[in-house]
Amino acid sequence: MVSRSRKKRLDTRILEHELVPEHRILSLEEAAELLRTLSIKPNQLPRISINDPIVQLLGAKPGDIIEIKRRSPTAGESLYYRIVVVF
Amino acid sequence: MSYNGGRDRFESYLIDRIVMGVLPPHEINRMARVTVTRPDLYESDGSPITGGLRDPHFGAIEPGEVCPVCGNTRENCPGHFGKIDLARPVLIPYYTDYINVVLQATCRQCGRLLIPSEKAEKYRKIYRRLKEKWPKLAANFVKELRKEAAQTMECPYCGARQFRIRYTRPIIFYEERPEGETRLTPLEIRDRLEMVRDEDLELLGIDPKRSRPEWMVATVLPVPPLAVRPPITLETGMKSEDDLTHALAEIVRQNLRLKNFLSSNAPETMIEEAWITLQYVVAAYIDNELPNVYPLTQKRVRTLKTLAQRLKGKEGRLRGNLSGKRVDFSSRTVISPDPYISVNEVGVPVDIAKILTVPMRVTPYNLEEARRYVLNGPYKWPGATFVYKARSGRKIDLRYHRNYKQMAESLEVGDIVERHLIDGDIVLFNRQPSLHRMSILAHKVRVMPYKTFRLNPLVCPPYNADFDGDEMNLHVMRSEEARTEAEELLLVERHIKTPRYGGPIIGGRQDYVSGAYLLTVKNRFLTEKEVVRLLAAAGYKGELPEPAIHAPKKLWTGKQLVSLFLPKDLNYTGKAKINSGPLSCDTIDCFHDSYIAIYEGKLLMGVFDKSAIGAEQPNNVLHVIALEYGDSKARELLDTMYRMFIRMLDMRGLTISLSDVDIPPEAREKIKDLVEEAKNEIAEMIKEFEEGKLEPIPGRSLQETLELKIINRLQKLLKDAGQIATSYMDPFNDVFIMAKTGARGSDVNITQMVAMLGQQTVRGKRVWRGFRKRTLAHFKPNDLSPEARGFVKGNFRYGLRPTEVFFHAAGGREGLVDTAVKTSQSGYMQRRLMNAEQDLYTAYDGTVRDLYGQIVQFKFGEDGADPMMTYHGKAVDVDRLIERFGVLKEASK
Repeated sequence: MVSRSRKKRLDTRILEHELVPEHRILSLEEAAELLRTLSIKPNQLPRISINDPIVQLLGAKPGDIIEIKRRSPTAGESLYYRIVVVF
Repeated sequence: MSYNGGRDRFESYLIDRIVMGVLPPHEINRMARVTVTRPDLYESDGSPITGGLRDPHFGAIEPGEVCPVCGNTRENCPGHFGKIDLARPVLIPYYTDYINVVLQATCRQCGRLLIPSEKAEKYRKIYRRLKEKWPKLAANFVKELRKEAAQTMECPYCGARQFRIRYTRPIIFYEERPEGETRLTPLEIRDRLEMVRDEDLELLGIDPKRSRPEWMVATVLPVPPLAVRPPITLETGMKSEDDLTHALAEIVRQNLRLKNFLSSNAPETMIEEAWITLQYVVAAYIDNELPNVYPLTQKRVRTLKTLAQRLKGKEGRLRGNLSGKRVDFSSRTVISPDPYISVNEVGVPVDIAKILTVPMRVTPYNLEEARRYVLNGPYKWPGATFVYKARSGRKIDLRYHRNYKQMAESLEVGDIVERHLIDGDIVLFNRQPSLHRMSILAHKVRVMPYKTFRLNPLVCPPYNADFDGDEMNLHVMRSEEARTEAEELLLVERHIKTPRYGGPIIGGRQDYVSGAYLLTVKNRFLTEKEVVRLLAAAGYKGELPEPAIHAPKKLWTGKQLVSLFLPKDLNYTGKAKINSGPLSCDTIDCFHDSYIAIYEGKLLMGVFDKSAIGAEQPNNVLHVIALEYGDSKARELLDTMYRMFIRMLDMRGLTISLSDVDIPPEAREKIKDLVEEAKNEIAEMIKEFEEGKLEPIPGRSLQETLELKIINRLQKLLKDAGQIATSYMDPFNDVFIMAKTGARGSDVNITQMVAMLGQQTVRGKRVWRGFRKRTLAHFKPNDLSPEARGFVKGNFRYGLRPTEVFFHAAGGREGLVDTAVKTSQSGYMQRRLMNAEQDLYTAYDGTVRDLYGQIVQFKFGEDGADPMMTYHGKAVDVDRLIERFGVLKEASK
C-alpha cells in the first residue's frame, strides 16, 4: 500500500544542516524510562512518519522513539520525543 | 419542590459519550406512531386529518390538549415521530458521499471489497492496531485503502469486471459501462449496498453495527413531532404551518403521485419522472440550498427553511442557540470614566441595581439585614424583589405583595431573599470583542446615581475601552461558588500583569502620563497647600515629609510625594520615555533627568512618564512592583499615587493652542529654502532621467531608480523641515510634553502640524493615477515633479492647497481601507487559531496535552515558566535581582 520500495538515496548532509536539530534513537531501556516518568502509553507521544528523511537516515523502525535536541528561545535547549509510525 | 423550580424531580445521568450512526429503517418504523398518507392537514370542519401531517398522534401542542399516545398534556408530552412509507427508495444527500465510497470500493456483482482476501486480512490487522492506538492514522490508512480498492478493475473474488462510477453531487450516480454511461437508480444502489459484508465495511471505516450503508438509501422517512414544527396562530385567527410541514407535505404529495403511477401501470417514463421528482423533493427537505436541486418554495417566492437551514450558519441552531445562549441577570449600558473609584470597582446605576438581584439565604446572622431589604420593597434601593419561603415552598413577588412589613416580620431562617445589588457585590464586566481572558474581569459593585456604568480609566487597556460611546455588559453571579471563584481569579487586580508577554496590561495612559511627568519634573516645587491637595487626592493619611526647601518658603518636590507611596525597600533603575534624542543618557549619570533611579523607595532622580507608570510597558516601575510586592500592592498604587497624577493636571492644566504649534517667520523662511533646494535637486534628477543620463540602481529599472531617488530626497526634506521646526518650538509647551512623555502624539504628528505633511502615498508609491498621464488637471501630462505626484509641503497650522487636500485624502483613504481589511482578516485568523488550540491544557506534570491526552509539548513553553510571572518572558532576570538586592552603585554615594 505504501510504496516503501522506492528507496531514494538520502543525502547525509541534511544531518549537518543548521536548521536540522540533533536526532537520536532511544534505546529500549531509555524509552521504557521515558514512558515511565511521563506515565504515558507510547501512542500518546507526538508522531513522526517513517518516511521522514531523518528517520530513514537513522534507520529507525516503527515503534522507535526519537529524541530531538532542539534549540529553544526560552529554555536554551529542550528535548522532544517523537514515536516513529507507519504513515 | 426546591428553589430550582422543580428540576430535580427528574432522574439525572451524566453523559459519558455520544456515538453517531445512521437511523435504520426498522428503527424508524418502531418509533413511528403515525403513517402519513395524506398531504392535506385539516378536514373541512377544521379538525386535523388522521394520517395527515397534523395528526394528533404527533404529540400534544395546544394548551389543554391531551396526547392520544402518551396521555400527557403539552407540558409533559415529549412529542412522537411519524413516518412516510416511500413508494420507491430515495437517496439522502450528504450520505451519498459515503455511498460513493462503498460503491467505488466494492464489487458490482458480489459486493466484496475489491482487495484480495489475504491482503485484506493483513490490512485488517494493521487497521485494528492503528484504530486502537492512533485513530487519526487509521483514518489516513482507510483513505489509502479506498484508493487502492477503487483502482481495482476486476473483482478478486468473482472475477466480475468493474466499471468506473461517477458521482455528481448531491444525489446522482452514473456507471461508465462499455455500452455507455448509465444512471444508477436508488433501487440498484440499495441492492448493491445490501450485499456488502460487515467485515468489508470495517476496512472502509464504517461501523456496520451502527451504519449499514443500505440504511443511507431511505425506504421510509421519519416525520418529526409537531413540537419540532409547531403551527402558529396569527392574530387574525388564521393557522400558519411551519416550513418543515410544508416541505413534508410536498414529499407526501410526490410520494402519492409515484404510488398512483405504480399501481395504475403507468408508462415507465412517467414513473421514472415521478421517482426523480420525489428524490429531489426529499433532498430539498434535508437541505434546501443544495446545488442542482430546485429549492422548495412557498407560493414560488419564499424558499423554505428546511432541516439544514435550521442548523447552519450564524443564526442556526448550533452557532445561534447552543454556542450563543442568552442569559438572565445581565445588563448593558454606556460606560463613562470615574478616576475616583477603585480599579477593582464598577459604578452601577441605581436603576440597574434595583433590577439585578442576588439570592440571599437567610441565616440567624443576616436575618436583620434581610428584613431591611424586604421592608424597602422592590422599588426602593437597597431592597428585594422576591421572597422564597422555605416552609411553604412558595415564591412571593414583592411587586404584588404590598405588605412589606408583614413579609419582613414573617422572614425566618432558611428563606431566600432576592435582594438588590449592593456595594461590594462581585460581578463580571465585559466588553466585546472578547479577544482575551482580560476582556471579562470581576469588579466590585459601587451603586451610583445616573445611567452609565462607571469605570476607572486605568482599566481601559485590558478592555480596549474608551468613552466615546462604548457600551459594556455586566453579569451577576448567583452562586456563592461562582462569586468566590470570580473574586479569587478574575478580580481586576489579578490581571494587572498579562499572561501574554510578561508585562503590565493595566497602567496609566494619556493624562496619567502627562500628570506623572509634570509632577516629577526637576523644576516642580510645591507649596504646602499644593502638597496637601495632591496627597488628599491620593487619600494619603500619614505625616508630611520634611520639605526639600525650608526657606524662604517651605517647598516640596514632586519626587518626594511620589516616594511616599513606593515600597520602602524598592530599588529600581531604568530609562524614562523622554530618554531619547537630545535628552538621552545611557547611564545613571544623567543630566537630563531621563534616567530613573529609585533607592530604598525614594525616587532620587528621573521623571515618571510612560516608561515608568504606563500600560503595556514591560519591566516598568508598576510591573516590578506587581511582580515583587504582589498584585494588591500594585492596585493600591493605582488607587492612590495615580490619582495624584490626575490631580496634578487639574491643578496645572494641560491644553494646547495654535501658538503651541506656531513657529517664527524666519523658521518658515528656512523651511521654504529647504523645499526650494530639494525641488531643484529633484528637477535635476528628472532632467538627467529624461536625457537618459541617470545611472540605474542594480536590479531596478530607470523609472524605479528615479522614483526611489525622489522619494529618498523628499523623505530627507521632511525630516530636515521637522527638525528646523521643532528647534524653534518651546520644548516645554504642552504639545511637546505629551509627545515626549508618550502621553499622546508623536514626532510625526508634531512635524505635520508645524512643518509639512510630506509625501502622500497610494499602494506604497507616490500618487500616480487619476487623469490620463497625470494625477489632476492642475498639472501637465507626465509631470514627475514632487507637487504633481502627491508631495504636500503645507502643514496643519497654515493649511493645505487644494491639490494637496486631494492627495492627502487619497492617502488617508487608503489608510482607512487598510485598517478595516486588516482587522477583519486578522480577527478571522485569530478565531481559527483559538478554535484549534482551545482544548490544549497544561497537565499537573507540566506537559501540554490535547483533550485526548496526546502530548504536544513536554514542558509548557519548553521552560515551564508562566509568562505572567516573568520579567518580559524571563523567568529569572539576574540583572534585576542584582539591582533589587544589591546597592545602587552610583546613586548611593
